[in-house]
Amino acid sequence: MIKKLRYSLKNLFQPKPQDPVEDLTDHEVSIDTKELDKTTTPVDTKTVGYSSPHISVGYGLSPGKQRNHNEDAFFTLTTMFSFNESELPFGLYIVADGMGGHKNGEIASELAIRTVAGTLLKEIYTPLMSLDPQPAELSFREIFHNGIEQANAEIITKSYGGGTTITAVLIVGEQMTIAHVGDSRVYSVDTNGNLEALTRDHSLVKRLQELGQITPDEAAVHPQRNVLYRALGQGEPFEPEIISTKRPESGSLLVCSDGLWSIVGKENMQSIIKSGISPQDICDRLIDAANDAGGPDNISAILVEFS
Amino acid sequence: MGAVYRAQDLRFKVEKIVAVKEMINQATDPEIQKTIVEGFEREANILATVSHPSIPTIYDYFTLGTRSYLVMEFIEGDNLEIKLQQRRAPFNEEEVIAWAISLCDVLDYLHTHEPEPIIFRDIKPANVMITRRNQVRLVDFGIAKNFQTGSKGTMIGTEGYSPPEQYRGEASPAVDIYALGATLHHLLTNQDPRTEPPFTFDERPIREANPNISVAMETIVNTALMYNPPDRFENAATMRKTLIALAQKTGLLEEEISIAQATQFFQDQSHSPIWTFTCEDEIRGTASYQDGVLYIGSYDHNLYALEAENGKFIWKYAANGGIVSKPAIHDNKLYFGSTDQYVHAISCRGGKKVWVQSTEGAIYSSPTIAEGHLFIGSDDEHLHVLNILAGREAWSVNLGSRVRSSPIVAADSVFIGSENGEIQCYDFSGNIRWRTAAKRAVTASPHFYDHVIYITSLDGILYAIDAKSGWVIWRYRMESGSISTPTTNENHIYVGSTDNSLYCINIKSANKVWSFATDNQVNSSPVFYKGAVYFCNVDGLVYSLHSGSGRLRWKYQTDGSITGSPIIVNDILYIGATDNKVYALPA
Repeated sequence: MIKKLRYSLKNLFQPKPQDPVEDLTDHEVSIDTKELDKTTTPVDTKTVGYSSPHISVGYGLSPGKQRNHNEDAFFTLTTMFSFNESELPFGLYIVADGMGGHKNGEIASELAIRTVAGTLLKEIYTPLMSLDPQPAELSFREIFHNGIEQANAEIITKSYGGGTTITAVLIVGEQMTIAHVGDSRVYSVDTNGNLEALTRDHSLVKRLQELGQITPDEAAVHPQRNVLYRALGQGEPFEPEIISTKRPESGSLLVCSDGLWSIVGKENMQSIIKSGISPQDICDRLIDAANDAGGPDNISAILVEFS
Repeated sequence: MGAVYRAQDLRFKVEKIVAVKEMINQATDPEIQKTIVEGFEREANILATVSHPSIPTIYDYFTLGTRSYLVMEFIEGDNLEIKLQQRRAPFNEEEVIAWAISLCDVLDYLHTHEPEPIIFRDIKPANVMITRRNQVRLVDFGIAKNFQTGSKGTMIGTEGYSPPEQYRGEASPAVDIYALGATLHHLLTNQDPRTEPPFTFDERPIREANPNISVAMETIVNTALMYNPPDRFENAATMRKTLIALAQKTGLLEEEISIAQATQFFQDQSHSPIWTFTCEDEIRGTASYQDGVLYIGSYDHNLYALEAENGKFIWKYAANGGIVSKPAIHDNKLYFGSTDQYVHAISCRGGKKVWVQSTEGAIYSSPTIAEGHLFIGSDDEHLHVLNILAGREAWSVNLGSRVRSSPIVAADSVFIGSENGEIQCYDFSGNIRWRTAAKRAVTASPHFYDHVIYITSLDGILYAIDAKSGWVIWRYRMESGSISTPTTNENHIYVGSTDNSLYCINIKSANKVWSFATDNQVNSSPVFYKGAVYFCNVDGLVYSLHSGSGRLRWKYQTDGSITGSPIIVNDILYIGATDNKVYALPA
């Protein structure tokens, strides 16, 4: 039996004048009305929002034991905006390792963070939190790139001769963008505490390693292991490496300068992370480990945990 | 380093112009200072024994305090670094081959020098001078290398022309061969290796920067640039012979190249269709497949059902307009739109009409089916959402311009583009979630992968958009507009453009992995299948490339133009063309 049905629309739009369904005399279709009722309601009105993990952060900084001042700088910001069955987590974590004599290093790393964090907050965070949160004209990548380019210009003008690495992690909703210049690293930590570097150092020894010319052990003691081929404030090129990927749902991220990773080493960092009781506890212990091993360089670390 | 002076040797009564090179010893430690001077004098003595047309004659040397001086033949001309800067573009292959042959000649001489080989260690454009008569002179024998210590805080520019083993302190003739390769790479691409990340020559192929260079030349330079010394040319003499063979266009090298090309030719010819089927008018859309049957629409107003294995006609269904829509198949029924403004639902068996639903504009979009509903765009500027059982409209939204893009459903949302450049996201009740705008029309369909929407526009940009918020994560700019729907595989995304190329881009870094140029627009949407990428262009060619390298596997020429996209099932590729034919080709 054929039934012609009219039904009202349960949505915000004006119901469209219904065209009669064409006569189906040559091929009868029987429609079970119960079946139709089920399917005529608008599909699944439950809005599935984010089910984002909770983000907790630890951080640590130390000038180390052999330097008399600290040229490292870092920045962390974590916010969560929950509204209208939606959640918008936002995170920004930056480490900058300055270099150059006469306080140039400290000025450079501070300038780098002010410029990059300032740009990202202004171009992304503020619009996201405005009354009309329209997407920006530029992509995340482009905004990052502009911020870093500007940081480079600032350093050349205000701290000539100074330079810095910069490594930044931006989390907006479900997307994560990581930008870096130099050899400060981002590691991802899985739920078993295993570390995996997400960034590639812009150092000569890293490149030699990639080509299989030297081993990681040889790299660790290579006379030119500190040589960077890219850094901010040190002239061309300073092109950042930017990757976009999905934000982690579990585990953590570790952002740190080489004062930590090259001194403590992967094995020890892993065991500290596995046995730590909180992100802050882990950072404190990582800094201690670097100092215990001699602390030849400034040390900075940020641990971002997703749970 | 110090200066080079043009000087007059006053010992001669006639005018004798010489070059005086000043080297400043920068070592602060007296022991090291002494070592440098001794080393310099030892090498100067060796140089006094060399005699070659491309090496300036050394007349004398002496040291005064912290400065050492070399008196030598004055060369009138410019070095290649200066010439390249003035030219601001790569050099021609012919010029570079000539210089390369001369340089191999002098290297061969130095490397076979008795009693000990002399390794130059500093081949680079700045050390190659070209005289007025276009002759090559190798200058600066690296005698005055200063000690450089690298402490953190000073970033040393890497010597872009040095091979990896030089950083381990190894020096052998192979070092000069690599440096020569690096120099040639710079001359042929105008990319200065000192400003690029170290040892990335293989990431910057010569022919990509300068397509005028021959494959043979690129191969020669790549051989010299192998990171493992034994993989390079055995010696400068071999490299020279190879270059001469190329220059003369005779000999072993050419033969190998022509054999490779012939094999390619045979490969092309062996690629013939398994079957073809001819309709009454052009095929501009894409086919669908289910259970051994291929369904495809044509401009002759028919939707055809053909046996996928042999192309045998099973049935056809007549609409009242052309069919460009790729049919959607669900529950043994076929759904598609037509330029007759209707959405048609027909049965897979026999092609009998189940229902039709009208819109107010022609339909070029393809339908998507999800959650018991059908989503499709129309030239009436609406996205229509119909209940799939009876075709009743559940809701529709006005996007403000013709909707030729096909909607996709993912992550509990509907994504759609339209001709005014808008890209919009709706929930299933028709509430808008977000909108973002490209600068020009969005005709291709979005592609969803891992919480990101990828979509192209006639503005020439491939957008990667966060599916939840609509914020653009990155943009990749092609040379001109695109109506190709991208496809992804692991970390790569493949998309075509009206700039005649197919691109492979890394999703994480937004960098191009490779691109493949054809002779006409690539409006087709690429397909990934078993390690290969398939696509078509407006010249009617079907291409299959290796997905990792972008190298051609095969190509096939149809007799018409192709605007649709291929589908591949069970190792067979199906595609229609404007020559009215449907082709089945082996994948």
